[in-house]
Amino acid sequence: MEMTARGLWTVFHGMGFGGLYLLACSGALVELYFFTASPQPPPPAPNQERFLKAYLIAMVVLAWVAVLSGAYIVYPWYRAAPPPGVADLSMFPQHLLLSSSTTSGWHSLGMEWKEHVAWFAPISITTVAFVFIRYGRDLRNHRQLRAAVLCFALVSFLAAGVAGLLGAVINKQAPVQGGHTIQLRAGEEK
Amino acid sequence: MNTPPRVALHPRTALPNGSGAAAILSAGIGAFALAVLSIAADKSALVKSSLNFYGPTGPLSGVTTVAILLWIVTWVILEGRWRSRTVAIGRINAAALALLGLGLLLTFPPLADIF
Repeated sequence: MEMTARGLWTVFHGMGFGGLYLLACSGALVELYFFTASPQPPPPAPNQERFLKAYLIAMVVLAWVAVLSGAYIVYPWYRAAPPPGVADLSMFPQHLLLSSSTTSGWHSLGMEWKEHVAWFAPISITTVAFVFIRYGRDLRNHRQLRAAVLCFALVSFLAAGVAGLLGAVINKQAPVQGGHTIQLRAGEEK
Repeated sequence: MNTPPRVALHPRTALPNGSGAAAILSAGIGAFALAVLSIAADKSALVKSSLNFYGPTGPLSGVTTVAILLWIVTWVILEGRWRSRTVAIGRINAAALALLGLGLLLTFPPLADIF
């Protein structure tokens, strides 16, 4: 049971940070929706408020770690240029995708969209967390701020969803691989 | 003589909305800037090379770094100006959400390629 170092980083980036972020986002959206839908929501209990603030901070960290690990660790492996004369492009995912008209769209549309739209997730959720932490229970007196916060959280979820879905599909078409091999578990010979 | 308990005649005044408005508008501006910069880097070789801050990541490094700096600087400026003020939050929300929505649309390659 082995995995390459690049493959493992891709798992951390996509399924670890990104996947956890999407899960957390769905929970936050439900909480924010009920808080926003009511014209005058009841004040949250102090421990509930503390929990929500910590939850949002964890989401901010996850979102930033996901985009930064994607842009500065995984993406350079994805876009690496093959040396002249290399025929096997399996270690160069971007060039592998662009080498065929049946797969080039996964880069020109999929990756081009993913690499930019993903950044909307941390920007939006940072705004949501800041407003929540700044106002706390006083946010119940600001209906329009609550509505904006809900919209930003929704955009964050959508952006992370698009980036995550495209990332998963692109990695299936042309996986990021290489680096040293990590043995996760010794297998049994049949 | 017992003094009667103090009763607040008015509910506690809400925090002014300026700080929240500053965060919301600056995020809209930052998101829109990211989309505009990504289009500029795609269309202009000069912008593309100028934004190539980190070779292995390419122009994406500059596009996102500049957009984030614009977002943070705008946020700090607006926070300084609006922190203790109540602002027209309806219009600011509309502007911020329009910028955010436009930014989202402009990152979609078929739309970005129109320019």
